[in-house]
Amino acid sequence: MKRISLLAALALLGAQGAALAADPNLARNLAATCANCHGTNGNAVKGAGIDALAGVPKDKTLQKLADFKSGDKPASIMHQIAKGYTDEQLDLIAGYFAAQK
Amino acid sequence: MMLMKRRDFLKVGAAAGTMASLYGCAGGGKASGHVVVVGGGYGGATAAKYIRMWSEGGVQVTLIERNPTFISCPISNLVIGGSKTMEDITVSYEGLKNKWGVRVVQDEVVAVDAAKRTISLAKGGSMSYDRLVLSPGIDFMFGEIPALDNADAQAKILHAWKAGPQTVALRKQLEEMKDGGVYALSIPKAPYRCPPGPYERACLVADYFKKNKPKSKVVILDANEDVMSKKGLFTKAWSDLYKGILEYRPNSEVKDVDVANTTAILEFDKFKADVLNVIPPHRAGNIAAKSGLKLINNRWVDVDWLSMEVVGTPGVHVLGDAIFPAPTMPKSGHMANQHAKLASAAILNMLSGEAPSPTPVVMNTCYSYVDTKQAIHVTSVHQYDTATKTMQPVKGAGGVSAARNEMEGKIAMGWAKNIWADMLA
Ligand code: HEC
Repeated sequence: MKRISLLAALALLGAQGAALAADPNLARNLAATCANCHGTNGNAVKGAGIDALAGVPKDKTLQKLADFKSGDKPASIMHQIAKGYTDEQLDLIAGYFAAQK
Repeated sequence: MMLMKRRDFLKVGAAAGTMASLYGCAGGGKASGHVVVVGGGYGGATAAKYIRMWSEGGVQVTLIERNPTFISCPISNLVIGGSKTMEDITVSYEGLKNKWGVRVVQDEVVAVDAAKRTISLAKGGSMSYDRLVLSPGIDFMFGEIPALDNADAQAKILHAWKAGPQTVALRKQLEEMKDGGVYALSIPKAPYRCPPGPYERACLVADYFKKNKPKSKVVILDANEDVMSKKGLFTKAWSDLYKGILEYRPNSEVKDVDVANTTAILEFDKFKADVLNVIPPHRAGNIAAKSGLKLINNRWVDVDWLSMEVVGTPGVHVLGDAIFPAPTMPKSGHMANQHAKLASAAILNMLSGEAPSPTPVVMNTCYSYVDTKQAIHVTSVHQYDTATKTMQPVKGAGGVSAARNEMEGKIAMGWAKNIWADMLA
């Protein structure tokens, strides 16, 4: 039974969704694209002036990213970066950082 | 014979034990084997760390680097301008060794045998690998500027396009130049390493002249038909900050030099400078061609974007400035770091018998200073496209700074500190 509902869910997600679900390291890999500025696993260098993302609750990060995308939150660069990722990708990234210490 | 000694593996393994508990991550830890990384710059150092981190110490990593410390190209223009020192752009490899258990070998790779999966070292001996990561950066095509094709000429007419002794030497030439002198900077045709870098350098030298040698001039001799990066922001900085000091000349390819007279020879013209700084055309680091890797235009390595594996050479992955770039993708340190993460993830999958991720993403940011305090950026995000089998820039994303500003001058240093730590700490 369980197996059938999982398959059905995958079918609903469509091809892109299936690819996402099939890759267990996708969240980790996507979050690593942010590490150049926000630090490895979101642990930014202290005192370097860019916010850490490690351990920040997922909904908080997602809200900020949505506000960057919409332009509600003023930014020097994050509005341009956030628009490069799909909402599904940002969801995975925010979840990954929330789970980091 | 100097094949990897078992003793060294064991030493490295002990460091890995403590590491896994500190930096453990779900889904990793299955891969094993030996990865040799050649070149400890933005690409190679990142790959060495991330392979150790993501495999939870399961994969042994040897990093082969000819220099004793990492010296950053980004920020080095501030050393040339005089507001930063070499110390500010130098980071040790101790973090990779002690925290991540990477075996760091100071040596140079002279040959790769991709069929046998071995490399040979300049100091003698060889080493075997399961996967090889080459992050060789660039080497100059001095033959394109015939009079520069010897060591004496190269000591006088500098490129300073690899950070290190040339950075120090160019700074010295600028300090020794008389007030009223001319500094000329020649830019090769694109693609070249760090598209905004030459324009940043021109700004920072002009800033130094403005404050210290106000009768002096900066002339950019650009082989390209226009400013290659952040054009609006750079030209505004030139007219607002450096009017009468900095002159930009497009379509001015330097074909040769007259070394004794520090003169650049163009197609129809000559240009005499007091300090002549020529960035020659360049190509993938020499080891790429020497290893028989497939080059595009006889210059850049052709890679598979799902893994950074070289087309036609299984087991060898190439990162950074050495590759033939995807559309609109710049040759930058930031991008090399992203290539390294893509390759690290793919290598760990491949070492576990799995296919690489089918949906990789990379992104770039280049900050440039227009004076010692104000900076500007350009950024882009690139997603893998299955139809074209390459990375495509995301439309509607990315862009440049609204205007030069001091806040981004601070963020640019924050970027440097974070990316250096992301590679090396
Ligand atoms: C080039 C450097 C850079 C990269 C890469 C980068 N950021 Fe940022 N980030 C910044 C800066 C700078 C700010 C401050 C806002 C601004 O000026 O844009 C920021 C702010 C943020 C904030 C708000 C933090 C807070 O507490 O208010 C979040 C969330 C964030 N970034 C997430 C991300 C994610 C997720 C990624 C990767 C997809 C990412 N960033 C990649 C530089 C970067």
